[in-house]
Amino acid sequence: MKVKGSVWKFGADVDTDRIIPARYLNTSDPKELAKCCMEDADPEFSKHVEKGDIIMADKNFGCGSSREHAPISIKASGVSCVIAKSFARIFYRNSFNMGLPILECAEAVDGTKAGDKVEVDMGKGEVYNITRKKTYQARPVPPFMQELVGAGGLMKWIKKRGKV
Amino acid sequence: MAGRVKKQSMTITEKILAKHAGRKSVSAGELINAKIDIALGNDITAPIAISEFKKVGAKKVFNRNKVVLIPDHFTPNKDIQSATQCKIVREFAKEQKLKHYYEGGEVGVEHALLPEKGIVGPGDVVIGADSHTCTYGGLGAFATGVGSTDLAAAMVTGEVWFKVPETMKFVYHGKLNKWVSGKDLILRTIGDIGVDGALYRAMEFTGSVIDKLSMDGRLTMCNMAIEAGGKSGVIAPDETTKKYTRNRFERKAVYYESDADAKYVEVMDYDCRKIEPQVAMPHLPENTKNVSEVGKISIDQVIIGSCTNGRMEDLEIAAKILRGKKVSSNVRLIVIPTTPKIYADAMKKGWFDIFLKAGAIISPPTCGPCLGGHMGILGPGERAVATTNRNFIGRMGDVTSEVYLSNPAVAAASAILGRVAGPDEVMKRKKK
Repeated sequence: MKVKGSVWKFGADVDTDRIIPARYLNTSDPKELAKCCMEDADPEFSKHVEKGDIIMADKNFGCGSSREHAPISIKASGVSCVIAKSFARIFYRNSFNMGLPILECAEAVDGTKAGDKVEVDMGKGEVYNITRKKTYQARPVPPFMQELVGAGGLMKWIKKRGKV
Repeated sequence: MAGRVKKQSMTITEKILAKHAGRKSVSAGELINAKIDIALGNDITAPIAISEFKKVGAKKVFNRNKVVLIPDHFTPNKDIQSATQCKIVREFAKEQKLKHYYEGGEVGVEHALLPEKGIVGPGDVVIGADSHTCTYGGLGAFATGVGSTDLAAAMVTGEVWFKVPETMKFVYHGKLNKWVSGKDLILRTIGDIGVDGALYRAMEFTGSVIDKLSMDGRLTMCNMAIEAGGKSGVIAPDETTKKYTRNRFERKAVYYESDADAKYVEVMDYDCRKIEPQVAMPHLPENTKNVSEVGKISIDQVIIGSCTNGRMEDLEIAAKILRGKKVSSNVRLIVIPTTPKIYADAMKKGWFDIFLKAGAIISPPTCGPCLGGHMGILGPGERAVATTNRNFIGRMGDVTSEVYLSNPAVAAASAILGRVAGPDEVMKRKKK
């Protein structure tokens, strides 16, 4: 799968309260959650994000709460992929479970500026910065995670295995 | 002739996970499927899990005694939308005849309520769609936070996939200084290793200071393992654990401990005689300072409560400091006993009189303000000292507000003085 879009850049330790503040957690409707996605990190984000856009962030993206509303709101806002130097554990797990594509690639994060056009080959883990004509190799996605992605998320994976 | 196979040495975390994966041994980095003893959800995370559960065509949870639903975040219902979320949880709990569903006057903050009621205990594997599920490591369990989809899958299958974590060992030597508690040890540790210092890892807390630490203090320490990015926090069960779980834990307790030659990815030693009460400055739990070095910072609100510090020991310290004192006229002090039992016990002890005479608000059990939900939200530029666990930007309200994390003694002293302050400042005055 290849995705393409403009880059939104964020710093280190972006917590789930900034991705989706708790004041909006009285609903789990993805469309409602998308309206306030990243509000406390960048109030302009939800107004201007376009389908296919890519989030790039420094280390420990998605730290804090276990709220799956965070990856849900990002996915529902049209973001095609999140690339960070590292992800907090629960956010990482949630993203694979519910189907938000994520990659770890420190070099791509350092070599990309906000607004750059980037193309990502999720299968190969290749990040191509179209604006700067540079290619980066992300850390390989572990085989089990690829299996989850292939199945279409955790619930489809357990169904496939006859566990329901 | 083959020699005798040496038994693989393991940490407490590896032993618990091996047992639940039906294996003799596991090592860090391995991917396993583990049977779980308890799966937990709350009013924010459970509705998504319930929807996923139904979408996949599941009819019944794997075990009605092992799925626990606790509406504690936006309760008492904050608005129509949160009431709707709670309704989804209630109807599912009734339909599935869940043994452990609590609401109204029976509900408490989940991570205080589950240990108190004996729903979780030593040797368990617990997952919860709440990041502070790691609290139960204080009882010698493997407990970790997950998301709603993980909870949904666990409600169907009774199993969860895990990568066996590496373990970091933290050894606390010496003895605790006055007013220093489990909260200060964990804040200091997070200050040292950072908010991703234990990412994907288990944090094992040991040493002579931990041996003497109360169960309330142990639960506080393990509660904040997530604030260092940890997968879990754990303290090996001992006499304190046995005393706490006796006549309380509803299953058979299994006591595990790490082998003497178990593998640790890192070992850190602390001389507790050098640790004074800590304050985590905005906007990360790793921004810790000694309370004596904070300087003059005026505050508008103080919260004493939460799954981190809203238990009996915490309220007792707060009562000791607030006895005969008045909260500063610039400060709103909100005390939140975290379970109905703690609420009733604190009242019986006479602490409510102390809090009320001091000018505090006593809230019903709720997560409420800790996550900026309700019952004590901060306005623009306002500052709070809180015994809670996170001080992220906008965590407790407006994006320009600030949260300073501390233990209950510092919080109570700060409420009296109207600025971030150590308890010695208040208690010295008393002597005059």
